[in-house]
Amino acid sequence: MAKVLVVTSGKGGVGKTTSTAALGAALAQMGEKVVVVDFDVGLRNLDLVLGAERRVVFDLINVVQGVAKLSQALIRDKRLENLWLLPASQTRDKDALTEEGVGSIIAELRTRFDWILCDSPAGIERGATLAMRYADEAVIVTNPEVSSVRDSDRIIGMLDSKTEKAEKGRRVEKHVLITRYDAARASRGEMISIEDILEILATPLLGIIPESQDVLRASNVGSPVTLNNAASAPARAYTDATRRLMGETVPMMVPTERKGLMDRLLGRRAA
Amino acid sequence: MMNLLRLFSGRDASAPVARERLQILLAHERGLRGQPDLLGLLRAEILTAVSRHVTLDPDKVIVRMDRGKHVSTLEVDIEVPNGFERSLAAAG
Repeated sequence: MAKVLVVTSGKGGVGKTTSTAALGAALAQMGEKVVVVDFDVGLRNLDLVLGAERRVVFDLINVVQGVAKLSQALIRDKRLENLWLLPASQTRDKDALTEEGVGSIIAELRTRFDWILCDSPAGIERGATLAMRYADEAVIVTNPEVSSVRDSDRIIGMLDSKTEKAEKGRRVEKHVLITRYDAARASRGEMISIEDILEILATPLLGIIPESQDVLRASNVGSPVTLNNAASAPARAYTDATRRLMGETVPMMVPTERKGLMDRLLGRRAA
Repeated sequence: MMNLLRLFSGRDASAPVARERLQILLAHERGLRGQPDLLGLLRAEILTAVSRHVTLDPDKVIVRMDRGKHVSTLEVDIEVPNGFERSLAAAG
């Protein structure tokens, strides 16, 4: 049974696209057949983070409008044969996406893939509501920072009311993924704590991704961080999070400063 | 563990302030969710009611809500044209 998972946040710049790429790649590495769908019409970036920017011919809107077939728009990853990308349009108007159009594409993707990961645009407008519309599960990407937590709360409210599942009286399974976690700031009491975030959002934790140069380095070269440097702290955190998505019980590792020091001793330039 | 860290981190720790501000704000915002735009509704009804008696510029009707910790205030600011009293007297 295929699962539709939306990666969302409300706030921009928190790491939705990075997380979609990393979770998608990790799922594919575990043998799942995965498609990552970019819903950020006009500001697509998932193609760039996945290193597929020069292979985009057709996009989501072409498929919605019947200009291209789904199979023509899907781009297979060069490293992972189980990973596919459905890019967003860079040029078209976001209003070209309709609820019915997205619904029929999602339905078709469900027949071909195990996981459909929808990379939501920032905000709470049409693009974001369409990205979550048909979701079975949601990953709410949150930075340990007040504005991000507030926006996550808003998005959780929308997941509970504006999705197809919610309207049918069922629940979208929600997970909070904390990204850009800075252990040094946390130890100084300068960062809202994970316990506080989870208590405020009342949503279970999927993982804690440390702030790290590895994330930037991976996007520079167009490779999901789980592929680019699988031993790095963020890659391990994303892999653990992915295993939790698959239903495994994995102990939660809170990134610590000592880990950063260990990384330095081992010659890796961590966070 | 986090509480312990917080204890040792001294009085400058801003994380507890963040938590408190968020809790207060979100408790309020969640209450508003799913409700119609109360201020917009009030503004429209006030405008209709007053317009029955005085000709108003709709842009000069301002309804504002200020939230305090214990009490909130609703401020209604309506700018009326001069000669307003005369039209009231005529109506009376």
